[in-house]
Amino acid sequence: MPRLSIWFIRSALTYLVLGFTLGALLLFNKGFPFYPFLWGLLPSHVEFVLFGWTVQLVMGMAFWILPRFSKSPFRGNEKLAWGTFILINVGIWLHVLGTIGSGSQWLVLTGRVAEALGIVVFAVYLWPRIKGVGAP
Amino acid sequence: MPPLTRWFLKSSLLFFILSVLFGLLLAVQTPLKLPASIVAFSPVYFHLFMVGWVAQLIFGVVFWMFPKYSKEKPRGSELLGWIVFGLLNVGLALRVIAEPAQALNPALVWSWLLAVSAVMQWLAGMIFVANTWGRVKER
Repeated sequence: MPRLSIWFIRSALTYLVLGFTLGALLLFNKGFPFYPFLWGLLPSHVEFVLFGWTVQLVMGMAFWILPRFSKSPFRGNEKLAWGTFILINVGIWLHVLGTIGSGSQWLVLTGRVAEALGIVVFAVYLWPRIKGVGAP
Repeated sequence: MPPLTRWFLKSSLLFFILSVLFGLLLAVQTPLKLPASIVAFSPVYFHLFMVGWVAQLIFGVVFWMFPKYSKEKPRGSELLGWIVFGLLNVGLALRVIAEPAQALNPALVWSWLLAVSAVMQWLAGMIFVANTWGRVKER
């Protein structure tokens, strides 16, 4: 497993811990309401499990197992994929900070822009690696 | 494909079918003039999808394909893997029963089932991470 996949997947597992913990607190709170403030963390729960866990795990797996090129650099321009890793993670936390408490629309928007950029960069990076067996 | 992966994947397919059935029920609520309380099934619908289908499919494939933990224990602790499978599936099933029931007819028993479901699914996630972390490596 390449280094970037290790970062993507360990990051995904960390968000799984955060997302499942918030989710369990929210569900427990539904059964026995003990802290109404928790409902304000629902957007963070969704952000952690969707972008943090699922999206990053898929990206880490794709970077690892999709066909490589026949010549070095075998995984193409890895800097683009590292850029995605940074943009997605910065985007997640800007979005989360923007939805906690009184929140900030600007933080939410900036977070979403960072995530969108990260996804576009990843698509550009990955596109040439989606190829048939034996292709260069 | 190891037996535990087969169980994860087959269970994930069943939850996938169940989730789209719930989605269908939510979609026909307005045209068929079904009770508005059916909207309370929404969280069950997307958790069947995201936990029952997506997360469980990932758990099964990860257990199967990730780098070996060690020569003696290539897939980490298989026992912990089975415990994750049990906790996740029973926990999610309890939610599917208790959440709509709590919304339609609140009772202490549903509150308790929701609390137990929350703890079981949380434990499944934590044990999965603990059992997988050491397999996220170069070789």
